[in-house]
Amino acid sequence: MGIVQEVKTEQGVKIAVLKGDVDTKSASSVTEEILPLIEPDSKTILDMVGVEYMSSAGLRMLLSVYRQSEAQNAKLVLLGLSEDIADTMSVTGFLDFFVTTDSLDEAMKLLA
Amino acid sequence: MPIERIDVHPTHKYESFKLRCGKPYPFGATLVPGGVNFSIYSSLATSCTLVLFQKHAKEPMAEIPLPEEFRIGNVYCMVVFDLDYENIEYGYRMDGPNDFQQGHWFDKTKILLDPYAKLIGGRDIWGVTPDWKDVYHHRAKIANEDFDWENDKALEIAPEDQIIYEMHVRSFTRSPSSGVREKFRGTFAGIREKIPYLKELGVNSIELMPIYEFDEFENSRPNPETGEVLLNYWGYSTVGFFAPKAGFASTGKLGMQGDELKALVKELHKNGIEIILDVVFNHTAEGNENGPYISYRGIDNKTYYMLTPEGYYFNFSGTGNTLNCNNPVVRGMVLDCLRYWASEYHIDGFRFDLAAILGRDPLGYPLSNPPLLESLAFDPVLARCKLIAEAWDAGGLYQVGSFPAYGRWAEWNGKYRDTLRKFLKGDTTVGDLAQRLQGSPDLYAPSGRVPATSINFISCHDGFTLMDIVSYNYKHNEANGENNNDGGNDNDSWNCGWEGPTDNPDINALRHRQIKNALAMLMVSQGVPMILSGDEIGRTKNGNNNTYCHDNHLNWLDWTLLEKNADLFKFFKDCIAFRKAHPVLRNPDHFQNRDYVGSGYPDISWHGTKAWYADWSNNQTIAFLLCGKHAKQGLVEDNYIYVAMNMHWETQWFEIPGLPSQKQWKIFANTGANSPEDSWEPGTEPLLENQNGLLLRDRSVVILVG
Repeated sequence: MGIVQEVKTEQGVKIAVLKGDVDTKSASSVTEEILPLIEPDSKTILDMVGVEYMSSAGLRMLLSVYRQSEAQNAKLVLLGLSEDIADTMSVTGFLDFFVTTDSLDEAMKLLA
Repeated sequence: MPIERIDVHPTHKYESFKLRCGKPYPFGATLVPGGVNFSIYSSLATSCTLVLFQKHAKEPMAEIPLPEEFRIGNVYCMVVFDLDYENIEYGYRMDGPNDFQQGHWFDKTKILLDPYAKLIGGRDIWGVTPDWKDVYHHRAKIANEDFDWENDKALEIAPEDQIIYEMHVRSFTRSPSSGVREKFRGTFAGIREKIPYLKELGVNSIELMPIYEFDEFENSRPNPETGEVLLNYWGYSTVGFFAPKAGFASTGKLGMQGDELKALVKELHKNGIEIILDVVFNHTAEGNENGPYISYRGIDNKTYYMLTPEGYYFNFSGTGNTLNCNNPVVRGMVLDCLRYWASEYHIDGFRFDLAAILGRDPLGYPLSNPPLLESLAFDPVLARCKLIAEAWDAGGLYQVGSFPAYGRWAEWNGKYRDTLRKFLKGDTTVGDLAQRLQGSPDLYAPSGRVPATSINFISCHDGFTLMDIVSYNYKHNEANGENNNDGGNDNDSWNCGWEGPTDNPDINALRHRQIKNALAMLMVSQGVPMILSGDEIGRTKNGNNNTYCHDNHLNWLDWTLLEKNADLFKFFKDCIAFRKAHPVLRNPDHFQNRDYVGSGYPDISWHGTKAWYADWSNNQTIAFLLCGKHAKQGLVEDNYIYVAMNMHWETQWFEIPGLPSQKQWKIFANTGANSPEDSWEPGTEPLLENQNGLLLRDRSVVILVG
């Protein structure tokens, strides 16, 4: 099973719900399932509530997706990072590169 | 469309592994298109095998022998394709001669750590008892070297403007009293949380005690009195020179210690704080003939260690072995290492433990022109890094004042420490003190070395804390389990009338005053001041002057002291701010003892209880006046500063030299006054009532600004 459980669209924003661990094993999922969602000027929310664990490689893959979306002028928001993952991202310097939030409403506002 | 390189394709196969001959540089494990380039030097190995483990596995998953065609000179190099490099640990087996007297210790039953390992597993979480039967304890891992620094670079604060704070990563925030969340206590992330505290204190440079991967379980043994385990806590025993200690990172269990440390450096730099690493190139954790095989011993013993003609390990470090620093290959390793930390981690400077060893030749003889020290001083990448030497070793080579400097090296000035401690008890001449306050020109001016050469300190991790210097006459190291035989005896301390803790308010007041006296003198001295973490809040180690093995409250900073000793913190903060506000305290060159700008005052003049007359025959009273127009050799105009010191047991009247007309003396600090009037925030200093003189109480220091 891939890392993306479902993709829905709301008000022009694509919401990809992730579940499971984000590490080297799920690397191909990231490229095959998430990257295609990113198009020029697109708006995407990655719902991370179901992600319990992210490895070093996982964080880097996510950042890579983020950078690629920036390059296409697309917007990306991370929703619902667990406290553990947010802490890891914070102390390793990754958190600052992302737009993150805990509430879906807030995420939609940020993408408007 | 980018054209694919031919060398992303393998040329050899071994079992399921695809291989190719690698490139010799850089040494270590490097990510290349399609795979990982492994490179390792050995002058005498007859064969080399790459051993691969799945992360944390007990047994190797593969052992790939490197064919002869993968050896270029004495360097084995190989690319292995399609590795899951996040989940792999690697090591080497090397075969070769085994001959004690010749210095050869090859043993192919041992799995050896790559000396250039950038990340090391095996002690991922501090203090977790290892599996003693592990065939490979300290395991090399492959690092991403892709941290996004954005605009960060080394701060390059002028050497004379540094104010250094020496700390131990774990000690700083391990205690719950630090207020740091439990998962971050004792880690790089913990320091990051305390950056606001460091900014408030005002220091602009932190010197971290060893952060290279070390084994806290080295020499672990139970405390004879309490039964708790004594560890290698300080870390002066390197396992891997290129890897930050996983156990010092909250993300060590994820293998992200490199990122966590880099994020800390980036945040420190954003807040105007430099970072200096304490590096230990004088010996390794492999010990002497009885020590373990970790790395160098099995890879190239004769190259990396100083050996006697009979094949024993020279012990100039006092710890069992001595790294052979002036051997060209080892010299290359040291240079590679420092360049790596400077470029990959943006480190601002390095303090070299037992640096006199770096000037010894392979047989231990001191060199007058040591190639390693010369290379370091002129290296292109390290050109703006601070280089600080602990200019002695355990073999009797004391080089304070004579360390081969090449115009770049600074030194821990042990004489400053000794003189200031003695002066606090009235035990040294004011002439000696005067030299120290001026940046020790007696030691450094004749060879053309500037004041910033002198790292001035009164306390550091070795020896008593500042509070203990004024609370104990004798060391009390029983908790170390060596019958109080360890640790130095020449502490030059004075307990102010009682040994250890006391309720007597007069003794406690005197102790606080003495601490302030010490700090005040330190902050108005030319040279570079260094303070020990915790001294600003009166940290005590209960009289233990050698707490290298304690993972407990003896070392962990007790943050409740911030409130208990708030008067000390305020005084430290004000004095540090004062130093930063006054460039006349931070001259790049030595005083000339004359008026060379036409102000009517010499750059520095000495006084005693009488203005313009210093009594050099006494041990207790002395004062100096700095002419503000001579600041930074006359390039900058600053206030006039007058410092009076009375270490006599009685109150003394000091006649104050007059200022040019229109200027008036204000009082910045008077350690004889009660807090909060013992110091003032620079810019808010009150006018001195009697401009002609003032009374200094016994054992006090006054600083005036005009």
